[in-house]
Amino acid sequence: MTAPTRTFGLEAISQMFQQAETENRAAFLPYFPIGYPDYDASIEAIAAMADAGVDGFEIGISFSDPLADGPAIQVATQKALENGTTVRTCLQAVRALRERGITQPMLMMSYANPLVAYGTEQFVLDAKAAGADGLIVPDLPPEEAGYFADVCAREHMALVFFLAPTSNDARIKLAAEKATGFIYVVSLTGITGERRDLSTDLSQIMANIRRLTDTPLVLGFGISTPEHARMMNGLVNGFIVGSALVRAANQGTDAVSKLAQDLRNSLD
Amino acid sequence: MTMANYLKQGAAVPDERGYYGEFGGRFVPETIIPALDELKAAYEQAVDDPAFVQELMHLQRTYTGRPTPVTYAKRLTEHLGGAKIYLKREDLAHTGAHKINNALGQALLAKRMGKQRVIAETGAGQHGVASATAAALLGLDCHVYMGEVDIARQQPNVFRMRLLGAEVIPVSSGSRTLKDAINEAMRDWVTNVRSTFYLLGSALGPHPYPKMVRDFQSVIGHEAREQIQEEAGQLPDVCIACVGGGSNAIGLFHAFRDDENVDFIGVEAGGLGVDTDKHAARFGDLSISRPGILHGTRSYVMQNEDGQIMETHSISAGLDYPSVGPEHAYLRSLERAYYTSATDEETLEAFQALSQLEGIIPALESSHAVAEVIKRAPTMSKDSVILVNLSGRGDKDLDTVIKALEGSL
Ligand SMILES: Cc1ncc(COP(=O)(O)O)c(C=O)c1O
Repeated sequence: MTAPTRTFGLEAISQMFQQAETENRAAFLPYFPIGYPDYDASIEAIAAMADAGVDGFEIGISFSDPLADGPAIQVATQKALENGTTVRTCLQAVRALRERGITQPMLMMSYANPLVAYGTEQFVLDAKAAGADGLIVPDLPPEEAGYFADVCAREHMALVFFLAPTSNDARIKLAAEKATGFIYVVSLTGITGERRDLSTDLSQIMANIRRLTDTPLVLGFGISTPEHARMMNGLVNGFIVGSALVRAANQGTDAVSKLAQDLRNSLD
Repeated sequence: MTMANYLKQGAAVPDERGYYGEFGGRFVPETIIPALDELKAAYEQAVDDPAFVQELMHLQRTYTGRPTPVTYAKRLTEHLGGAKIYLKREDLAHTGAHKINNALGQALLAKRMGKQRVIAETGAGQHGVASATAAALLGLDCHVYMGEVDIARQQPNVFRMRLLGAEVIPVSSGSRTLKDAINEAMRDWVTNVRSTFYLLGSALGPHPYPKMVRDFQSVIGHEAREQIQEEAGQLPDVCIACVGGGSNAIGLFHAFRDDENVDFIGVEAGGLGVDTDKHAARFGDLSISRPGILHGTRSYVMQNEDGQIMETHSISAGLDYPSVGPEHAYLRSLERAYYTSATDEETLEAFQALSQLEGIIPALESSHAVAEVIKRAPTMSKDSVILVNLSGRGDKDLDTVIKALEGSL
């Protein structure tokens, strides 16, 4: 195996935020599930978004019972499972994307059970070998993450934790202490899905968290339009768009590429 | 009968983090972690408050009709020719199943916490009916998630819930059964967490639910332990209960946990047989069931190699669930409890046997426990005693049974 030519893991993620900061903008991280609409199309969609200049990726591993997800992602991930997508397929996709020369950081998003079934340690090792830089596990709060956290720390892989509008100071401090790479801030009490308007007290939510931590903050849930994206500059270190891109994928790779381009351009 | 505060029996498990050995915990999105903290604190306060405990016990007595009796099943005993069989009659509790014990407790807690909106999931509809009933009694708004498959096979309970003023929300995702109803209820809770109380119906989910549900249901064993000594003159040799999520079983077992000579048997849904893939025997088929994480807790989960949750099958909606409460996984690991299963066919035979020999039409869930009694009693001596939890009555199941027995009735 040749030595990786890009920085990886925590370092790659931290460089991503630095780069965005020098450009006075928020980093844009699309979420996209492997296997939707099918394996090849998901690879093409991610490659097209990489070309559009996005900053990093949340690569979705599908789960039969995605209880933090709204209808758009439920339907897409269900389709991915019906297409025969497995944890192994998702790792293979990351490897294929790296072989195509895609250098942006990639974090694997999965609910806990598929990773536990695969073997936590083995998953982290295989994800790293495939070219992933970290993990996002929405049903794994920091106090349950002991073993995951140890293995990720040893391998210099990010393990992202979440905060929500309901999180009190104690929770914010816990996430700040345990999260590596960034903290994923959920913009609203709810599940994933497009929203017409973002919450009006976002700046207050962010300021409240910022008070207690220097860790990069990435906002997600509901963000779907270039107008929303433009609001992210100065508010957060990065943001995630999922459902809107998944919906665009119904119209083909060009639509995904176009939306990613529009979202990215709105940041300049 | 004296009624001590059964909510405060002081058990060794769970620990502060909600673990039963290696099982349990809180594997949920961050948004609801503060709500679980709030719930745990409110629950601990409530059980220390004599006014709360008295109100619950008063309702148990004057509304639910507790204590429910223990009945000696004389003809079934004679028919089987072995151990003496006693039935703990949760079928006689208001709404027709043990589910009311937990629903009333949690609804009182919701009211105390100032949460006007309660949500619940339901499989057989018994927990939905119990929740709708408690909500009507206490003036709360109730919304019940129910899989479309279960709506079709438990129609009478759907009407009951609507009559009681609850909204029944059909769930069309996934296998359209209990598992998916829990997913939707959790999504609702994540969204409306500040205003809403999630009234979870079995001893599963994230901490503190498995403990809270166990404690509310432990009234079953608490009563039965005294009653069986009066009726049979001794403690039972074995306690038998069906296990869906595990609330009626843990509710019976809990009071006997220090009685080392009392064995516990949990009966899972054997469906078309544990050698097929159409069952819900989480402990009975370790080729497709192993420790994993579903609905916020670590326990045994039926799943494929890739960690995707499997669809289950049972003739009874209430046992048709791919995971099981964490305390059962723990009791099994200690070999304190033993788990077996009954097939759909054995269940239907038990359903008819109890109807014809005792004049009691049991729920299909409870019939699984009776099926185990039919297998076990003849192998035991005549002076031994079986206590079986008759968790509910079978009126809700008549449609299913009529279809299954077509021609033979
Ligand atoms: C009568 C009856 N018994 C048993 C069950 C199974 O639940 P659990 O295992 O929590 O007692 C149900 C669930 O709907 C039920 O209605």
